[in-house]
Amino acid sequence: MIELRNITKRFGAHTVLNGLNLRFDAGSITAVLGPNGSGKTTLMKTILGLVRPDKGEVLFAGENVVGTSEYRKGVGYMPQIARFQDNLTARELVQMIRDVRENPSATREDELCERFHLTEHLDKPLHTLSGGTRQKVNAVLAFMFQPPILMLDEPTAGLDPISASSFKDVILSERNEGRTIVLTSHIMSEVQELADTIVFLLEGRVVFHGAATELLGRTGEKTLERAIARLLQESSSQRENTMRDNVIQETAQ
Amino acid sequence: MKTILKLTRYGAMNAVRSRWILGYTAFFFLTTEGLMRFGSDSGRTVVSLLNIVLLLIPLVSIVIGTMTVYMNRDFTELLLSQPIERGSLFAGQYLGLALPLVAAFVLGVGVPLLARAGEDGANIGVIVMLLATGKVLTLIFTALAMVVATRFDDRAFGLGAALLLWLMAAVVYDGLMLAMIWLLRDYPLEMPVLAMSIFNPIDLARTLVMLKFDVAALMGYTGAVFEKFFGTALGMSLAASALVFWLCLPFWAGKIVFEKKDF
Repeated sequence: MIELRNITKRFGAHTVLNGLNLRFDAGSITAVLGPNGSGKTTLMKTILGLVRPDKGEVLFAGENVVGTSEYRKGVGYMPQIARFQDNLTARELVQMIRDVRENPSATREDELCERFHLTEHLDKPLHTLSGGTRQKVNAVLAFMFQPPILMLDEPTAGLDPISASSFKDVILSERNEGRTIVLTSHIMSEVQELADTIVFLLEGRVVFHGAATELLGRTGEKTLERAIARLLQESSSQRENTMRDNVIQETAQ
Repeated sequence: MKTILKLTRYGAMNAVRSRWILGYTAFFFLTTEGLMRFGSDSGRTVVSLLNIVLLLIPLVSIVIGTMTVYMNRDFTELLLSQPIERGSLFAGQYLGLALPLVAAFVLGVGVPLLARAGEDGANIGVIVMLLATGKVLTLIFTALAMVVATRFDDRAFGLGAALLLWLMAAVVYDGLMLAMIWLLRDYPLEMPVLAMSIFNPIDLARTLVMLKFDVAALMGYTGAVFEKFFGTALGMSLAASALVFWLCLPFWAGKIVFEKKDF
């Protein structure tokens, strides 16, 4: 389980995360959604320790882990862009990540490579592999240590439909084994298929946090895509109203 | 420490398989061989090599270093998501980049020079000093590249800053020094010039190699002052300390920037 308490992050004058309080429970898949620049990536990077928050705490099993690295033994991360040290082979890369994690015993790279049809590509230099194949290597690196927490940034981007489908099965089985999964995606059908909980961010604030069905019920829409569009519309009209009220108040004063 | 060595190993494995490092080694090898074959004596060859080393090594180290850090940015993020201390990651990435460059220089220049060292009585001391300063310059300018590329996210700006740093150290600094000597020609400037040569690693390297030749006497009184200073234990230890300082300063600065950076 991960918990974010009052996380605030500014880049210059721009507040990217504004006092976020969130909890990601074990055995659930949470999709973090929002328009570009809403803070999704910064939120993920804050949990991973790539971005240091200005304020607030990231609690991992009850302990604040901001500025530490050891907790990442329990985290698997699959970035959106699969770029590696390209003159290494996929096998060497897997071994490198094993080495820096001090060779944990229970790894499952062989099974994952079989499942993603990667075995035949393992001894090729990474720069010769296609984007989709590199993304599968990314997936193996994230899942092979069976970490209790998985952070997946646009996990199926670049995968062909068969691989994407197989990959989604892996994500669901990981969830069923009790892992905490946080993902971002622009494919709403995928979110609807995978996510138990949705976090919708806008300008660094949580606009919605709840089950997908709850979001559909609240907006009265049938698909998640339309529900999200409705949520965005509502939020922007709310913001316009607030701005208008402020202008009226200032004029009256 | 173990993590640093592991990261260095994989970084070096990646670097030695790339074309640019092979090209860099081949360039040094062919240049040294060419100068040795067609040059009149080994002393001149080493002076010609010295000029190439002093200009090219800082330039190649800082440019390749900066570009490699930028190209590896996404991979660095992947490594940062592993249970690795940021300081170890920085050190591992630095060594994985700098050591193959050092090896390329040593193989390209050192092998042909040392292979013929005995033939015409070339001064082994000069060759060793040339190799040592080349290595240290590679380490210094790769560390500077790490600082620049970590500090600036904009690649064009970072590359520009790296080139500017090289230009300042390799060309502008000497120009300023010459201007100062000319403007203050009526004053005894040996000691200030000696001090200034310590504050620029390229000048320091040049001075250390030149003084290993027997040409210091030809440089008149200044040469004598330099030889007298660097010939003493104090002078040599001060020069060595200055090079170590130049090695540590950018590494330390880069590590601090890397540890505080938001990726």
